[in-house]
Amino acid sequence: MDYYLQTLLIAGIFITLTLSLNLINGFCGQFSLGHAGFWGAGAYASAVYTVFYALPVPGPINMLIAIVVGFIAAAICGLIIGVPCLRLKGDYLAIATLGFGEIVRITIMMTEKVGGPRGFINIPHLANIFWVYAVAAIITLFMFNLKRSAFGRAIISIREDEIAAENMGVNLFKSKLFSFTIGAGIAGIAGALFAHTQQFLHPSNFNFMWSVIILVMVILGGQGSVTGSVIGAVVLTLVPEILRYIGGTIAEWRMTIFPILLIILMLIRPQGLFGAHELHFKKSGGA
Amino acid sequence: MSNTLPLLDLEHVTMKFGGLTAVSDVCIKVFPHDLVAVIGPNGAGKTTLFNTITGIYTPTTGCVRFNQNDLKNTKSSAITELGIARTFQNIRLFKNLSVLDNIKLAKHTRIKYGFWAGILRSKKFIEEEKKIELECIELLKLFGLAEKKDFYAKNLAYGQQRKLEMARALATGPKLLLLDEPAAGMNPTETKDLTELIHLIRDQFNIAIILIEHDMKLVMEIAEKIFVLDYGHLIAVGSASEIQNNKRVIEAYLGADIEGVL
Repeated sequence: MDYYLQTLLIAGIFITLTLSLNLINGFCGQFSLGHAGFWGAGAYASAVYTVFYALPVPGPINMLIAIVVGFIAAAICGLIIGVPCLRLKGDYLAIATLGFGEIVRITIMMTEKVGGPRGFINIPHLANIFWVYAVAAIITLFMFNLKRSAFGRAIISIREDEIAAENMGVNLFKSKLFSFTIGAGIAGIAGALFAHTQQFLHPSNFNFMWSVIILVMVILGGQGSVTGSVIGAVVLTLVPEILRYIGGTIAEWRMTIFPILLIILMLIRPQGLFGAHELHFKKSGGA
Repeated sequence: MSNTLPLLDLEHVTMKFGGLTAVSDVCIKVFPHDLVAVIGPNGAGKTTLFNTITGIYTPTTGCVRFNQNDLKNTKSSAITELGIARTFQNIRLFKNLSVLDNIKLAKHTRIKYGFWAGILRSKKFIEEEKKIELECIELLKLFGLAEKKDFYAKNLAYGQQRKLEMARALATGPKLLLLDEPAAGMNPTETKDLTELIHLIRDQFNIAIILIEHDMKLVMEIAEKIFVLDYGHLIAVGSASEIQNNKRVIEAYLGADIEGVL
């Protein structure tokens, strides 16, 4: 039972994480490879609050505060990295953000107070699966509504054509910085949930590989698609587990089969499962 | 029409890229409701001139004034807000967005609701969006694109894409519209429609228009005043007939020392 719960929990956290990267990568078109860094910053900051500075209030309220702390810490990181780096484009931005992600990880590793390379222990168990999915639902709604508002449109126009976007009166730098900061902040929220459900953090949770996995989830679901991000996160969390569940040779080779499945999917649908589309529940049609 | 203050005033504008002077000491005045053309051989600096007006480049020397505002250090997006809109020589639509969304985007600077109103879908947001959508569809109707509103911009025919780009520029609510080769790649029938459309736009929206164009028939037919650029220099200004008989213009286009041929 614990195993299923844990898998679902991780899937939920990854929904939030994938949505947050989709805001930066899918909506705004800024190629960021340091997303695990924001995740980690949020996780550690919120854990530092609950372990060392927790206020004498009931658990759920402390969890809310921890989420806010995670959001603010990661958003500040996003702002600090965004101001110089968002002047860069494409590959250069990817390299700069990659460097940032590693800086966060190494900084945590060197900080004795949060356990350094031994990991951060004794984090209170304040969140559970309900917290995780409530937050995922709120963020999903946030992204849906953002996409349909003028601010979302402006951000998406930057991905489509920067020069034309600026010519429509969109302030490029402000809009990019906005999506970068908010995207980082939401990753911080996912970090807070991760810290308070797992009760243990280790710097290796937030290394470069995880940035790539989140990116793969975004691309698999479809850049710019909110429903795509949700499905992408769930599918990518569950498929390796399902392969493990089948057992036998397949379980042994699952980490080989899994990338092959990804390659096949990218060959068939290079735009991701959903492209930039959304799943419609009420009315059909529409772009 | 030249009795009021100029809407756009270029004073001795020079634009240098390293050793290359793309635009050299150009003075142009455009008044409200003017319809003027900038012509010149390839590489004469016409598009560079547009780019200095819209803030993509800052002129090396000289100054660009719009409605008495010096545009120096004004961002491209802020210039749009002041009321200059443009189209591009190589169409720059938001290709993966719907036709309607392309136009809605152009209303960006006129949006009245705040960020949280959009996220929480407040009443104001819904009303504003409805109003914007109606305005956009009105505009699309004028360009004959209303029934294509849900198409992706990339799936429109070439001529329609050009029209959409013009509609999008107009949706920003400009006082001055810059058209960079609107007739490029169009057939004679489409060009004729375009001529009418440009007149219609000017009168209906009561704006000034500057166009860059290579189609001389179009230029001679609609431009009230023509500016001729050659190697970055302004070599002639005048009406269509004046330009047609200007010796320097003929030299610029056809070369010198061929007297008797013309």
